Amino acid sequence: MSKYDKEQVLCSSGVNVLKCMRCGKCSATCPSYDEMEYHPHEFVYMVEKGQIDKLMASPSIYKCLSCYACVERCPRGVEPAKLVEALRLLVIRQQGQNHLKADDIPALLDEDLPQQAIVTALRKYSK
Amino acid sequence: MQRIGVFVCWCGSNIAATVDVNAVSEALSHEPGVVYSINYQYMCSEAGQNLIKDAIREKKLTGVVICSCSPRMHEATFLKAAAAAGLNPYMVEIANIREQCSWIHKDMPTATEKAIILGRAAIAKVQLNTPLTAGESPVTKRALVIGGGIAGIQTALDIAEAGFEVDIVEKQPTIGGKMTQLDKTFPTLDCAACILTPKMVDCAQNENINIYAYSEVAEVKGFVGNFTVKIRKKARYVDETKCTGCGLCTEKCPQKKVPNEFNLGMDTRRAIYIPFAQAVPKIATIDPDYCNMLKNGKCGVCAKVCTAGAINYKQQDEIIEREYGAIVVATGYNPIKLDNFDEYSYSQSNDVVTPLEFERLMNAAGPTNGVLLRPSDGKHPHTIVFVQCVGSRDTSGCGKPYCSKICCMYTAKHAMLTREKYPDTDVYVFYIDVRTPGKSFDEFYRRAVEEYGVHYIKGMVGKVTPRADGKLSVQASDLIANE
Ligand SMILES: Cc1cc2nc3c(=O)[nH]c(=O)nc-3n(C[C@H](O)[C@H](O)[C@H](O)COP(=O)(O)OP(=O)(O)OC[C@H]3O[C@@H](n4cnc5c(N)ncnc54)[C@H](O)[C@@H]3O)c2cc1C
Ligand code: SF4
Ligand code: SF4
Ligand code: SF4
Ligand code: SF4
Repeated sequence: MSKYDKEQVLCSSGVNVLKCMRCGKCSATCPSYDEMEYHPHEFVYMVEKGQIDKLMASPSIYKCLSCYACVERCPRGVEPAKLVEALRLLVIRQQGQNHLKADDIPALLDEDLPQQAIVTALRKYSK
Repeated sequence: MQRIGVFVCWCGSNIAATVDVNAVSEALSHEPGVVYSINYQYMCSEAGQNLIKDAIREKKLTGVVICSCSPRMHEATFLKAAAAAGLNPYMVEIANIREQCSWIHKDMPTATEKAIILGRAAIAKVQLNTPLTAGESPVTKRALVIGGGIAGIQTALDIAEAGFEVDIVEKQPTIGGKMTQLDKTFPTLDCAACILTPKMVDCAQNENINIYAYSEVAEVKGFVGNFTVKIRKKARYVDETKCTGCGLCTEKCPQKKVPNEFNLGMDTRRAIYIPFAQAVPKIATIDPDYCNMLKNGKCGVCAKVCTAGAINYKQQDEIIEREYGAIVVATGYNPIKLDNFDEYSYSQSNDVVTPLEFERLMNAAGPTNGVLLRPSDGKHPHTIVFVQCVGSRDTSGCGKPYCSKICCMYTAKHAMLTREKYPDTDVYVFYIDVRTPGKSFDEFYRRAVEEYGVHYIKGMVGKVTPRADGKLSVQASDLIANE
């Protein structure tokens, strides 16, 4: 994977992965641990190693609840959840990766959906 | 006008890589009074010193400036060299162009400029120097040791052994420190009291040692060799010269509900107490925060039962002033408070204990008489989990950034002792790294694993939760098995 993506994850998350001492307390505290392929301490290490593509392709980043337990408990102040958020953003920002076409949206609408959500969806997917 | 010689040292590349030494010796050669200026690879070497000595003799120098490392390193060397060549050693000045110049600069022109300025300042100083003769000032031949833990005790014994008087100031009612609370000691598993208490007694009996227990240092004045120290001897409300340490008062005192700090609050003591059987000095102390007599004038039982007539409710703090030549600070350590680590449920469950509490639970003189029982229900635990590094290696602000260096070892000890006494109890140690530097220390930890079957799992514990059935559940991940 290109170095550009690692830099982008580090930059948009503001996380310094080098502070991690690999204690695993983040994983030990994570309520989604059992659901994950890669675990919070692995996010940190894999970002350090530049394995951004693997992480972006993994369902693990959507298993994170953004509960910030890992951020709260990490003895070194590493903030793993912020890396997960940065990875999700990176996925969203990819060009041409839309799972949904603008034309498909009307069929998926239901009455309870707030107006604002429909406008957002159209804006986002009509590029 | 002085005749000054300037000697610029390269210190290999330490100075020469960032400071243009030729430019420095050249520039300084034009300073007023300078009659000789050179540079050389290692001024401190035999050859370098000879350059200085020869120049002093041949150029009839009256002052010397050496541009080199910090005076802490080689001032003595250069002063001696100058004296050997017949120059008064106090006519030598050192310009520190290493620690204060080359090491902290990257840019050669700026570093060179600064080295020249430092050299000029030293030359100006030599211009004003006058030859001095060394004098002597008397030293008080008595030492003070602050803190009467094992470190302070051994220090006092060594000083006394060397033939000097030494006083120990200890803020607790007895000397001994944390070691009094330990059960067995790594790496030999000797009983802590068996090592410590004979030394405590030695202190009490040694004619050169004087113990101020239940005292603190209030003020230190003076300088190395001649300190004047004020010691505050806190009121015990018991006359030290009369109390025989019989302990009758501690049995009869009606105020029974005082948390016993010696057992870390896991049991209680009376308002008048002797911390433990082997206390030195073995003298009762009244705790003014709990004594009914001192708080509201209602009681006086201890004074009635004391056959020695030692109780004195009117006793006041006393200030003692003494002179000392040297002071050793041996005030030891305090374990971290667990307030910032509520994820481990220390405040919610009595069965989550600190390592020092664990020592007391294993100790025959402890609150359970040495039987390892759950503090909550007095039952025998079948699984024990040790959580390493709590509050250590923490840069998040909750703990301390350093490694305490000692807990890996005492945990291996606790694990081993548990397995030895209770083979049916499973022991798990969750660690980040196992740090066991020291003679026979790693072997000790390996014994816990290989001979005692202690389970070591890499991964810090995230959470401890008290369960409805009274047990604790511990959440951690095994980083090596990735589960
Ligand atoms: C759970 C646990 C288990 C351990 N097990 C072992 C083991 O098996 N083997 C081993 O080698 N080590 C062990 N250790 C380490 C050992 O306890 C310490 O290294 C040792 O006790 C330190 O002794 P010390 O004299 O330096 O300090 P301390 O024992 O802390 O003594 C300091 C003394 O100074 C006094 N003091 C403090 N401030 C002042 C002041 N301002 N004025 C006057 N007095 C003051 C204190 O009251 C105290 O008495 C263990 C530690 C812990 C926490
Ligand atoms: S923020 Fe995400 S990764 Fe962190 S503990 Fe919560 S669920 Fe786990
Ligand atoms: S808790 Fe912090 S230091 Fe420990 S493994 Fe996770 S990110 Fe690294
Ligand atoms: S006077 Fe104070 S210390 Fe003495 S017995 Fe009464 S409560 Fe206890
Ligand atoms: S590595 Fe061991 S000695 Fe260091 S803080 Fe952790 S438990 Fe203590």
